[in-house]
Amino acid sequence: MTIAIVDYGAGNLTSVKKAFDFLGQSAVITSDADQVAGADKVIVPGVGHFAATQALWSSGLKDAIVSAIGKGTPFLGICLGMQWMFNSSSEAPGVAGLGVFPGESVHFPSKVKSPHVGWNALQTRGDSRLLRGMPAECFVYFTHSYRVPVVDSTVATCEYGGTFSAAIEKDNLFGVQFHPEKSGAVGIKLLENFCGLPC
Amino acid sequence: MLTKRIIACLDVDGGRVVKGVQFLNLRDAGDPAELAAAHSQAGADEIVLLDISATAEKRKTLLETVKRTARELFIPFTVGGGIRTLDEAASVFAAGADKISINSAALTDPSLITCIADRFGSQAVIVAIDAQRGNDTGNYEAFARGGRTPTGRDAVVWAREAESRGAGEILLTSMDRDGTGSGFECTLTRAIADSVRIPVIASGGAGSAEHFVEVFREGHADAALAASILHYGTTQLADLKRELAAAGIPVRWPC
Repeated sequence: MTIAIVDYGAGNLTSVKKAFDFLGQSAVITSDADQVAGADKVIVPGVGHFAATQALWSSGLKDAIVSAIGKGTPFLGICLGMQWMFNSSSEAPGVAGLGVFPGESVHFPSKVKSPHVGWNALQTRGDSRLLRGMPAECFVYFTHSYRVPVVDSTVATCEYGGTFSAAIEKDNLFGVQFHPEKSGAVGIKLLENFCGLPC
Repeated sequence: MLTKRIIACLDVDGGRVVKGVQFLNLRDAGDPAELAAAHSQAGADEIVLLDISATAEKRKTLLETVKRTARELFIPFTVGGGIRTLDEAASVFAAGADKISINSAALTDPSLITCIADRFGSQAVIVAIDAQRGNDTGNYEAFARGGRTPTGRDAVVWAREAESRGAGEILLTSMDRDGTGSGFECTLTRAIADSVRIPVIASGGAGSAEHFVEVFREGHADAALAASILHYGTTQLADLKRELAAAGIPVRWPC
């Protein structure tokens, strides 16, 4: 099994790769569209500005991702990668997201410090293949200034200046706002669950 | 609710963890990779590795140490000490750090903050400030070169500038309290935490669980750093978190 970690120039992907190495899974950091389209699993990580996701469109990576998703390949967006799965972000008006989930990513209200940095509790809801085996309330590590709304596919929420989507899941599409690769044993369990999904 | 973080700090000299009192009298405290893993296991929310090697020869081992420490560490990992350029930061990130901490180099050239933040994101850039209270003014002054060189800059003003240039967090060390175990300097911490909109990590002086409660309640810190109180027996970290939880401080416990 090959896991493609999509490299589009948004931040440091070493930690994500390291977590899969630890799990004994073969993951590659790649910006090659063919490799992404042919992978058994696809991950779009990323930190930083929403405008960075424009590189996914211009490089042909977005088409490769759409083609992989169309074949049923499990897809996981992490942090900025999850925000990209929605329609848009007020951080970069005019830059389109993938639009597989409805809504826009917006900045935290000014009543709370931003970025939201640190360990916060997840409230899980409903059945989730990604969060299987995790406690109903557990702590995970966040670092972000924008957040996505709670939608029908939300499987975990988090409270910080209001409620937002911490994890989403629908068919072969998965997204997490937090960093599983930085969330200790709980996060490793989540990545293990993702690896165990049927390709 | 967002929890208050307890960050275990490893001061590293030539690839070994050491700890001093008020920046002096260093004692050997173990292997960084082993200590980082033990702290993570015991409930540390993050690990900070500060390279305090005085010589270039010793500093060469840093990337190897970072790589070894990062390999099986799955909580946030910050590396600081002697990072002077974007290229040096990039090689530390490539070795497995999630964030870098800069101090003297940012004081010399504040544009370095923006330069690293543009490339790796603000969340990856911590500006460390070593501050000491002036005898005459009562204001806090920022020091460079591991507390050796006074800069004449007001620590609060400098923290605000660091934020505006793209720092994602401030790591604030009270030089007067460092390694003394006599408690964090809450006045300094609060002055800075209330002046910026980014998280402030308090450092210097941790000696007991009450000190942590104080710096979160009175000092308005978002996180607090502990070094010497942790190295000689890591079960203390679990005890610390249990005591903080009992005192009503939101912490990640049980992990």
